[in-house]
Amino acid sequence: MGGPWILGVRHHGPGSARAVRAALDARRPRAVLIEGPPEADGLVALAADAEMRPPVALLAHVVDEPGRSAFWPFAEFSPEWVAVNWALEQGVPVRFIDLPAAHSLALRAEEEKKEEKGEGEAASQGELAPDGDAASEGGAASEGDAASEGEPAEDLRVDPIAVLAEAAGYDDPERWWEDAVEYRGQSADALAPFAALAEAMGALRETYGAGGHDRDLVREAYMRLQMRAAAKEFGERYAVVCGAWHVPALHERTTATADRALLKGLPKAKVDMTWVPWTHRRLARASGYGAGIDSPGWYAHLFAAPDRPVERWLTKVAGLLRDEDRLVSSAHVIEAVRLAETLAVMRGRPLPGLSETTDAVRAVFCDGSDVPLALIHDRLIVGDILGEVPSAAPAVPLQRDLTRIQKSLRLKPEALERELELDLRRPNDAERSRLLHRLRLLGIGWGEPAAATRGSTGTFRESWRLRWEPELAVRVAEAGIWGTTVLGAATAKAEADAVGATALADVTALAERCLLAALPDALPVVMRVLADRAALDADVGHLAQALPALVRSLRYGDVRGTDTGALTEVAAGLAERVFVGLAPACAGLDADGAAEMRTHVDAVHAAVGLLDDERRPADTAPDGTGAIRSRWYTVLGALGSRDSVPGVIRGRAVRLLLDEGELDQDEAGRLMGLALSAGTPPADAAAWIDGFVGGGSGGMLLVHDERLLGLVDAWLTSVPDAAFTDVLPLLRRTFSAYEPGVRRTLGELVRRGPAAQPAAAGVGVPGFSDTLDEERAAAVLPVVHLLLGLDASAALPGGAPGPAPDRTPDNTLAEAAR
Amino acid sequence: MTVLENGLGRGLGSGTAEVLRPHAEDAFADELAALAAADDRPRPERWRLSPWAVATYLLGGTLPDGTVITPKYVGPRRIVEVAVTTLATDRALLLLGVPGTAKTWVSEHLAAAVSGDSTLLVQGTAGTPEEAIRYGWNYAQLLAHGPSRDALVPSPVMRAMSQGMTARVEELTRIPADVQDTLITILSEKTLPVPELGQEVQAVRGFNLIATANDRDRGVNDLSSALRRRFNTVVLPLPESVEAEVDIVARRVDQLGRSLDLPPGPDGIDEIRRVVTVFRELRDGITADGRTKVKSPSGTLSTAEAISVVTGGLALAAHFGDGVLRAGDVAAGILGAVVRDPAADRVIWKEYLEAVVRERDGWKDFYRACREVSG
Repeated sequence: MGGPWILGVRHHGPGSARAVRAALDARRPRAVLIEGPPEADGLVALAADAEMRPPVALLAHVVDEPGRSAFWPFAEFSPEWVAVNWALEQGVPVRFIDLPAAHSLALRAEEEKKEEKGEGEAASQGELAPDGDAASEGGAASEGDAASEGEPAEDLRVDPIAVLAEAAGYDDPERWWEDAVEYRGQSADALAPFAALAEAMGALRETYGAGGHDRDLVREAYMRLQMRAAAKEFGERYAVVCGAWHVPALHERTTATADRALLKGLPKAKVDMTWVPWTHRRLARASGYGAGIDSPGWYAHLFAAPDRPVERWLTKVAGLLRDEDRLVSSAHVIEAVRLAETLAVMRGRPLPGLSETTDAVRAVFCDGSDVPLALIHDRLIVGDILGEVPSAAPAVPLQRDLTRIQKSLRLKPEALERELELDLRRPNDAERSRLLHRLRLLGIGWGEPAAATRGSTGTFRESWRLRWEPELAVRVAEAGIWGTTVLGAATAKAEADAVGATALADVTALAERCLLAALPDALPVVMRVLADRAALDADVGHLAQALPALVRSLRYGDVRGTDTGALTEVAAGLAERVFVGLAPACAGLDADGAAEMRTHVDAVHAAVGLLDDERRPADTAPDGTGAIRSRWYTVLGALGSRDSVPGVIRGRAVRLLLDEGELDQDEAGRLMGLALSAGTPPADAAAWIDGFVGGGSGGMLLVHDERLLGLVDAWLTSVPDAAFTDVLPLLRRTFSAYEPGVRRTLGELVRRGPAAQPAAAGVGVPGFSDTLDEERAAAVLPVVHLLLGLDASAALPGGAPGPAPDRTPDNTLAEAAR
Repeated sequence: MTVLENGLGRGLGSGTAEVLRPHAEDAFADELAALAAADDRPRPERWRLSPWAVATYLLGGTLPDGTVITPKYVGPRRIVEVAVTTLATDRALLLLGVPGTAKTWVSEHLAAAVSGDSTLLVQGTAGTPEEAIRYGWNYAQLLAHGPSRDALVPSPVMRAMSQGMTARVEELTRIPADVQDTLITILSEKTLPVPELGQEVQAVRGFNLIATANDRDRGVNDLSSALRRRFNTVVLPLPESVEAEVDIVARRVDQLGRSLDLPPGPDGIDEIRRVVTVFRELRDGITADGRTKVKSPSGTLSTAEAISVVTGGLALAAHFGDGVLRAGDVAAGILGAVVRDPAADRVIWKEYLEAVVRERDGWKDFYRACREVSG
């Protein structure tokens, strides 16, 4: 039979792939034409490269705008891939005959512009491209073309396979296709399946015309022209591999002039092509790849298995479950095969498909549970396979995008290490900082934040240590799978990281990095994951750890002008969970656990302060239960008065409340007296003291409140000898943290004894004289004015003397406090 | 012997319209007959219907002659198909699920449709003896005439084996482990030896076994892996949608309320919906809008428990309240159902109250009532 042989396929259909191979073997054409961008003709030879491993994708992008790109993915079981490889093996020329990417990308740009004008809404990232044919911007979630015939982008368009399936009484088009085409055995005539399919499609095209795929007419005209050229060169003995939908159009008899007229005046863009590695996951529909297939792993298996696909598949599943320490014997496999086959009979299918085998696996291997099934879906049905591309393939667009940004930001990659100081208030520096943060997210460690500035987070200054190592180029190439632009790739990577993160703190850290790298699109995903993890994490410690980073992110967001509304909500929710869980979590802790929990309490306290500032505008509305801060004080109050809570945390809670003015001195004194009373074990009391006055400014409190000091003193003298050695290390640690000056003052106060100022202690505020020393008070005013930015001389017309030289800082402070 | 026993079993139950609850094969005899008449597909030996017809019997449908088959089980089609296919492949079927997921119901109807008899039943309890699964002795006969087949009292399983019928074991995991394991020989060798007589009973084609077990009880007497291997497991899920569950709860509460002679209160459907929503959200670990995850408490929170919460609330409302089911009437019941472990569950419950209930529109009264009882 003479050619040309037009082989209509389903993209990524293993049955189609087999049929294509059989047809090519049987007919041995002298050239193979494939639906794909002709710009890739030069790259086709790379497909036979030893380093090339599918899944891979052809990527076309506009030269100056790497974000404007399209993908043509190929898996091992794609009919197109099979045809390319067959041709390369046989030394037969391969041509791609679809509309050049130069046109399709330019066309899309025009359409987008139109849409922007018309609806004020641009095709956003990851959205299906208008014609369902070329990919969208940004790259990461880019939809590709090739299988688009089966999956139209909009409801308006006809899904030919769905129509055929409906006619056959199937509700699931995938299943119909599997039954009708994929599971058919080899028929005697290698071309028979194609003829039947072409006929069906012909009937459909008669009914539906272009079926809403208007661009298809242009594409088909181009394909016909290419076929005429091939006919001139190779005679009739050539084969065409294209989507089944196009077959009737390619059989159509039209004049070359008519076809050319259709192609007239198409816009054009300068386009580059390359191969990029692809993954099974991105072939799967679940990853937002609009034109994908549900189960690439299953299809790969169908394609690779020489015979008995069901038995082999179930054996594979059994192997996976055994690796995960699940008991699965050969007897299980036998029973699963029997169940799958009987199910297929009962459901009237020629062979067990994925749904039958999955049902069998669930009932026989997994005790009816869906949990192991999720693993099987992830590892086998979708699969982890990552494609590889030879190093000879042209540079990925991500690299180009990076180069472009480097140029525009005047940030050259240099092998020599250097420090970079950034002032985030300057737009250029802020952009640089974002770039470096994005690259870090992508695992491209060009710049590392310099340690010097790590402590002073939240400022507008950032310093980096830059060093471009040659292997970073490889990293860039690897990161190319995430997208075509730095922004798009970083967004996709952050989203993937968030979903994959296991610990709550990882996700919060990621949220922080998303803000630093200005990835607003990734933030909703990260936030959702964060909220989920927070809700399921039962360990208050984890939650408390996560909260500060989150609140810090909020402040960063403010500095950088990012929208942090979602973040605030999540942080507030997180705080709520901490409040509910903290008190029970503090019960029955040992010394180490208590010390750790104390740091959590401190961290949450600091975070709550910041968070409340963020939330204030929202909380002015009558919320009913009050602001976060007051709820936190309630929690602290509960912590401070609960006996089952370790001393150190109780002391800390009382101290925090005292500092915030929620607790007056008398009450604090009462609580301290309670904690230090004779009934309390000395070790517990010492821990209470550690919590109450330990750390930063605790000493000052004792210096200024002699009653508290007196309580400590009285307690200490009452500690029995035997217990004293036990509490000594703890006390020593508490007090040695004070500054030397404070320690000395304390020592002096203790030596003088509590009776030194009996009158004062009785009447006025403890630790202070009951009358005002006017002269000393006046001395401090100039400093206060200076601090407040007021004109000192104007405020004090008499002219005040400067700060007295003999004042100690402590005194000054004490007086200022009055 | 079989005639006698069958006759006895039937004679006591059927024929009298007074019977409280007729067997499935009697209650739906018309449908089964219509299905058998319309069924032209191949039937496994001794099956009354083809597997396809059995699935139709359970899931409902309309026959070519216009007979309407009522759905016996409302749930995923897949589950019924796998269950029927399991029986057709001569494997034992284990129906798992939390209480109130219609395990027993499904098993009864499967047996009725496959064998036309759902009475070959062993109820599993902690005290189920081996005799209930294998055979016992009629001691008067034994003493008088020595061991013989006449002195043997066959178990339902043994009878099912000899007649090629479907046997049922309820609450398999409540049966002590050593008694459970007597099933291994029956299920793998399809034979039941009677060493006292030097004989054995071999299962004839058509014999199979349906067991039910409670998910949550798995720890009680977990199946040995040898036994588990003999079963295909099908997990019956909880109702899929809020509406379906509200419907079940409301209907059941209505029945129970009548039997308890509670005065029929005005429409409490909103409160029922709230109870069901709370139960579903805590059970699924995610709020109904799919936005917030929540922790799940240790209790089952099954539909059956929701029913008892609402019934309790109705009693409260009728006897101590104004007769209208209000948030306060169900709050205590919910607390009791949710907080099973006083430490961990209480935190989960409070967290749920604060994070989910407090923010929800129109739930203010519910929140307040729950806060009140939660302390």
